[in-house]
Amino acid sequence: MDPQHLNLIYLIIAAAVATFLTRVGGYILITQMKQIPPRLEAALNAVPAAVLTTLVAPAFVYGGLDVTIAMFVAFAIALGLNLSTLRMLVIGWVVVMLIRHVVM
Amino acid sequence: MTKDEFWEGVRGGFPIMLAASPFGALFGALAVDNGFTIADAVFMSATVYAGASQMVGIELFGNHVQPWLVVLSVFAVNFRHVLYSASIAKYVRHFTFGQKFLAFFLLVDPQYAETEKRGERGLPISFSWYLGFGLVIYIPWIINTLVGAIFGQMIGDPKAIGLDVLLPVYFMGLVMGFRKRDRFLPIVTVSALASVAGMHFVGSPWHVSIGALAGIVLAACLPPSGTAAAPTGVEKEA
Repeated sequence: MDPQHLNLIYLIIAAAVATFLTRVGGYILITQMKQIPPRLEAALNAVPAAVLTTLVAPAFVYGGLDVTIAMFVAFAIALGLNLSTLRMLVIGWVVVMLIRHVVM
Repeated sequence: MTKDEFWEGVRGGFPIMLAASPFGALFGALAVDNGFTIADAVFMSATVYAGASQMVGIELFGNHVQPWLVVLSVFAVNFRHVLYSASIAKYVRHFTFGQKFLAFFLLVDPQYAETEKRGERGLPISFSWYLGFGLVIYIPWIINTLVGAIFGQMIGDPKAIGLDVLLPVYFMGLVMGFRKRDRFLPIVTVSALASVAGMHFVGSPWHVSIGALAGIVLAACLPPSGTAAAPTGVEKEA
């Protein structure tokens, strides 16, 4: 194996270790504490919505008009009819394909 | 190990596996495009197992960014997992050491979301259920990476077949699943604005950490609500 390729392998291993540390770190930190302060608990409760929103909002704003419309339609229909995530995915995909291949 | 719970987990994870499959294939194709061999791409999916950060990693690697900065970016994108493992600590305390090791390795976004949802409903979080849910996503993720790397050329332009819209819609569905939680709207609004501002002024991938931090800090700073549930500190189950 040439040294440059070996460097890539080391890079992947380092990325894997870094990722594993993030996945185990929170557990280790929180089990060391005697009691969870209420504000920390409120913060933890906010984690999923806060994090996942950052993966949604920029795509909605910068993803292009077709992506914005597809996301909006999928959101509105899924909210109105209380649909599962998978159905919402299908709606978003259908709308974006319609815009790209039929409308435009 | 109970078989029923394992298969319940497999059934629960199945639709997520379907939703994640195009991204596994896309990662494989993009990785090869960025100078990875097929084996490198499969190795990364099998060891890092964190889709968004893998995409960031190959993108930076392809642009010849310094290795330490690539690892730091992967760490930053995955930093949310610190909060996940802290948040589900109360549900996995009864796992053995080896089970915890495996459970945290498999702790991807949907695994976290489902564990939290299941725990909130008062259903038991058994290792069998957790493993079934995790493996039905993990194993196809590796296989899809392999398929994507091999047939990378066939994907061609991911936009032409609408692949690019799936990830944001999928995460949007996950966000909506938490809409009954305390202060959902202010948190989501602040995180959305901060992540868009972060994207605009700082750039990707930092908008993830910036947006997340804004929503979390807001939640910690708002006055405690009167309807707050009883504390669910991990020490109670000890």
